[in-house]
Amino acid sequence: MKLVVIGNGMVGHKLLEELVGVADLDITVLCEEPRPAYDRVHLSEFFSGKTAEELSLVSPGFFDQPNVSLKLNAKAVNIDRAAKCVLLEGGETVPYDRIVLATGSYPFVPAVTGRDRNGCLVYRTIEDLEAMREWGAKSKIGVVVGGGLLGLECAKALKDMGLATHVVEFAPRLMTVQVDDMGGRLLRRKIEALGVQVHTGKNTLEIADGGGVGVGGRHAMKFADGSQLLTDMIVFSAGIRPRDELARNASLIRGERGGILIDNQCKTSDPDIWAIGECALWQGKIFGLVAPGYDMARVVAAQIRLLPSPLGRGAGVRDAVEASGISELAESLTRSTYTSSPLPGGEGLKQPAEFNGADMSTKLKLLGVDVASIGDAQGSTPGSLNYLFSDEVAGVYKKLVVSADAKTLLGAVLVGEANDYGTLLQMALNGIPLPAQPESLILPSVEGGAKGLGVDLLPATASICSCNNVSKGDLCAAIEGGATSLGALKKCTKAATSCGGCLPLVKQVLDAELKKSGVLVLNHLCEHFAHSRQELFHLVKVGGQKTFDDTILAHGKGRGCDVCKPAVASILASCWNEHVLKPKHASVQDTNDYYLANIQKDGTYSVVPRIPGGEITPDKLIVIGQVAKDYGLYTKITGGQRIDLFGARVEQLPEIWRALVAAGFESGHAYGKSLRTVKSCVGSTWCRYGVQDSVTMAIKIEERYRGLRSPHKIKMAVSGCTRECAEAQSKDVGVIATEKGWNLYVAGNGGMKPRHAELLAGDIDDATLIKLIDRFLMFYIRTGDRLQRTSTWIENLEGGLSYVKKVVIDDSLGICAELEADMARQVETYECEWKKAITTPETLKRFSHFVNSKDADSNIQFVDERGQIRPKNALERKLEVTP
Amino acid sequence: MTDAAHWTFVCHRDDIVPNTGVAAKVGAAQVAVFRVVAPDGTEDGVFAIDNFDVRSQANVLSRGLIGELNTDTGPVLVVASPIYKNHLCLKTGRCLEDEAWSVKAWAVTCGDDGAIMVRAS
Repeated sequence: MKLVVIGNGMVGHKLLEELVGVADLDITVLCEEPRPAYDRVHLSEFFSGKTAEELSLVSPGFFDQPNVSLKLNAKAVNIDRAAKCVLLEGGETVPYDRIVLATGSYPFVPAVTGRDRNGCLVYRTIEDLEAMREWGAKSKIGVVVGGGLLGLECAKALKDMGLATHVVEFAPRLMTVQVDDMGGRLLRRKIEALGVQVHTGKNTLEIADGGGVGVGGRHAMKFADGSQLLTDMIVFSAGIRPRDELARNASLIRGERGGILIDNQCKTSDPDIWAIGECALWQGKIFGLVAPGYDMARVVAAQIRLLPSPLGRGAGVRDAVEASGISELAESLTRSTYTSSPLPGGEGLKQPAEFNGADMSTKLKLLGVDVASIGDAQGSTPGSLNYLFSDEVAGVYKKLVVSADAKTLLGAVLVGEANDYGTLLQMALNGIPLPAQPESLILPSVEGGAKGLGVDLLPATASICSCNNVSKGDLCAAIEGGATSLGALKKCTKAATSCGGCLPLVKQVLDAELKKSGVLVLNHLCEHFAHSRQELFHLVKVGGQKTFDDTILAHGKGRGCDVCKPAVASILASCWNEHVLKPKHASVQDTNDYYLANIQKDGTYSVVPRIPGGEITPDKLIVIGQVAKDYGLYTKITGGQRIDLFGARVEQLPEIWRALVAAGFESGHAYGKSLRTVKSCVGSTWCRYGVQDSVTMAIKIEERYRGLRSPHKIKMAVSGCTRECAEAQSKDVGVIATEKGWNLYVAGNGGMKPRHAELLAGDIDDATLIKLIDRFLMFYIRTGDRLQRTSTWIENLEGGLSYVKKVVIDDSLGICAELEADMARQVETYECEWKKAITTPETLKRFSHFVNSKDADSNIQFVDERGQIRPKNALERKLEVTP
Repeated sequence: MTDAAHWTFVCHRDDIVPNTGVAAKVGAAQVAVFRVVAPDGTEDGVFAIDNFDVRSQANVLSRGLIGELNTDTGPVLVVASPIYKNHLCLKTGRCLEDEAWSVKAWAVTCGDDGAIMVRAS
């Protein structure tokens, strides 16, 4: 069967994913945009650094499926229903048996004179964002027309670009659909506190020339009340309108105000054509959220799957897929969406046959402010009653709408703090009886007072993840099937992988199920310690154990192994900062820590002197060069702005370091799970764009945290301006200069699994910066798992960044003073391990290849390559043995 | 030649930090000699295997971490190669991950005077 899917947006693509592996289906995807589906929900992240590629929703190899053909830049202009073909712009025709219209919507631009002036933009596609970025670069002031959800997202984008940002809204308050008057007022205040100016009740009549040459007032927006606003660019984000031109051209029935009319099967007035997503009109409603669109996609996919097929839809599916060589893809997609698309012929066909409307509850973070709206948020149910909580000091507003008998929750509004969104949503959706004192659901939690409802109360049918239609039952089944970690559960069910709003709830379900089934979450260090690294850290700190032997006798069993020994060594170093070379610690150090150098594949070591901030004098450069020459070492510049010297034999290490220490070098700790480098750009001292002295700050930071032992290595960077030449956002701790001070980013990562660092605090002064890094690092050292970088640590930490903020900024655990004191002690007791080693005869004894001979290891052999040494490879060694 | 001639003095027990190893030259061969001590301080004796790690093709086994792992046949004293972390039984030289990476075990004794001897073969 020839299926033509028109539109490859989020909903259109969801349909394609649902159809993977369906036999006898020949799919043509017509995509008007130059790139396939991307994540429009997180579009604003484009401005905080995400690339178009990162926003893509297409899994690698997806469009390599032999039965799917994707046409980009392909705009469908009409459907010839008699001839059964789709007409493309340019004259091409595509024949079809069935069509799915997933054409989405376009931004509504009010009919204002001058709306087509240069610099008047919309916010919908990546091309729109690129235009915004281009205009943002040559603007000082930016206005968003529209104070709804998208408008505020868009305001964030303008603010991120550094523009003086205004929001102009026709209605008397922000987010009219989602929040009530009081909530809207609080939201406005919070947004204004962030420096965005809000103008409500403004009817724009005209956009005229502002007279401003260049920046500072290209346009003048004139309002009905006689006032005006000068701006350089305007972005319209005042709602969406369905893209229904095709339906009009093809004479399909549309709504009076647009939208392609569909029934509960998502069929249009032509039974061979479906419409899904924002272009579809169901019972007079257009759904502008992604979850209902996904529901529609699933409804249509179910019908396509059940269509009669000449070959029968059984084994043939698998065969076809496997023969095509994409079984792995099909496998992963089937698995990941297994709750909604079971294997053909499989049991429990849980496919929604009908679209029955959708819950429009939402939870968002707008400009950093949590806003959530559940069910009947406006209280329009007759007889409904409200519970209100308002804390204007902390900026929190919460409202519950309950039934006339105060027994069930109908809706809610949360502004400023929306942690209970998941709980309240489940209560409202499942009609779970309210507790005796419903107000307890929105009152701030008091010490010891457990609140909310346990996930145990939720029925199996409760939809936990509405984006991907995952119920509690689905989660439980997956957990029983072995998905016993949050990561595995997400991967297997797709829950919490779209908007992420349900993540806390998914975690709760997981914990509750594991607890019920008696499964202990095993994050034990190894067979010798039935504790996680975090637990052991606390036990050692409280128990005062100073050696590995004492630790294993007190908290473990057996003799230990190569997993727990270095982990305990790291804990001991973090707790007591004793020199790792003390004989009592020697036997539990990895070879790198034992020889204070990095072992290489041939058993030689590499040496990395510390070069704080990457700043080095010519004299010191010469010393490094001379040492490398004297010992015949291979030299290479590292990614962390230092120099690595390779090919040193153990017995050479002390001499090499004697020369380096004499010249003022210190150990670079490249061998340890500890601070590596603080990379920096040249900063305001030299750079014409720099706004702060990044080099001085980098050196200060590197000298403060050098030698600090941690669960894994730590990398940092300091950039002198927003151009970010030091790539600080890919580091565990990244500092970026601002006009007012520093922005502190944490938990970034490069390497295998890159992750953008997240903003912990903005515009802070030097002292605050150091204080927050102290706290952040110590909190990580205390709670991180073995070999867990800060990026995975924060992702596995319940509450993630916001939890870390609470702990290290708001001091919610009351441990900040302790964390700072711990760090102060670390800083105070620092000593260069190499300086110490070369003056300790006991330690120097170990730097010999043989215990009974001064000979060198004859197996270490080099050849020349590009003027330097490299180890002989296997072939070269073989040739030598057999002459 | 008497049997005693086959034994090579390597070092004194005190020359090996408890629960670490050293490399010794025995004839032309390299032998990794380990001194194992229980957490409560009891000496568990000395062990010797090849210093050459088959997997990485480097003379590094004496620099591995000593441990004890539970296996089907009970707890086994092992050293983990510092390069790729394959585990070798200290008593037999058998590699727990892959037989192909197993090495030779050497006869070794520690006299009452603490002298460690390896039998050349």
